[in-house]
Amino acid sequence: MGIAWYLAVSALIFAIGIGGVLTKRNPIVILLCLELTLNAGNLALVAFARMWGNADGQIFALIVMVVAACEVTVGLGLIVALHRRGLKVDVDELEELRG
Amino acid sequence: MSILLFFLASIGAIVGAVGVVALRNPFYGVLSLVAHLICLAVLFLLLQAEFLAAAQVIIYAGAVMVLYVFVVAYIGGQDESLGTSHGVLRVLTPIFVGVLIVELLIALLGSGLSAVTSKGAKVSTLFGSANQIGDLMLTKFLLPFEVASLLLLVAAIGAVGLARRRVGYGPGDVPFDAATIAAAPPAGTGTMAEASGDRPVAGFRGEDR
Repeated sequence: MGIAWYLAVSALIFAIGIGGVLTKRNPIVILLCLELTLNAGNLALVAFARMWGNADGQIFALIVMVVAACEVTVGLGLIVALHRRGLKVDVDELEELRG
Repeated sequence: MSILLFFLASIGAIVGAVGVVALRNPFYGVLSLVAHLICLAVLFLLLQAEFLAAAQVIIYAGAVMVLYVFVVAYIGGQDESLGTSHGVLRVLTPIFVGVLIVELLIALLGSGLSAVTSKGAKVSTLFGSANQIGDLMLTKFLLPFEVASLLLLVAAIGAVGLARRRVGYGPGDVPFDAATIAAAPPAGTGTMAEASGDRPVAGFRGEDR
């Protein structure tokens, strides 16, 4: 399969993820959609690494995975803190970051 | 064989992505994302990124998703409410996403690079193996590797600080002030004062000291 096919799949997944981030209201689902966009970027990185026969892109993808894991832990920590304080877990209700 | 595998995996990945967005229950969304990640790992394997595929399945589909499942179970996974305050966003998002797909496809496929339509450069069987990745990580990319480990540490500490139970800040909590600290806990409950011998406990003979 040509590299172009992988890039097309990556573009589709990225667009789906962006659409989810824009429409969803539950912050957990928004984080899931962010994962989709990051994974689409990873797929493109790996495809380009294969295209040039250079593994540097794969290291980049690995670092992206690390950053995604950090984002998930902090994001889920925030959601748990919101839940603990009795606030509604809904991004439309949390327009102001005042506690 | 690889063509069949590519189409199966890419259709699975796209269906999983659509499932994350379309399913109303966040729990099913998480499960859909797990399916998506496993299909993506198959695509990585087809691109000869063996180590990355293994890391994807073990770290992403294994560890990170378990975290999601725990938080969804803790929060209670309420269904998405149908009404939205941003009606404009509902209308504009599909248009924006459509434009984004067209733009990305033009940028990626219409670039005229001959390499894009090829199957990629000739690579040895060692390409993307744990051997090569480890070699690169500890020589050429040592600094990003160390910075990433520091980032993980900071994120872990930050998450613990964010999610810890704060005593005395909620409605109806007993304020945690000096009087609460001064009130001595019941005898024999293993406090620091008892352990150090500052507050002798009746019946404790101190044999192990």
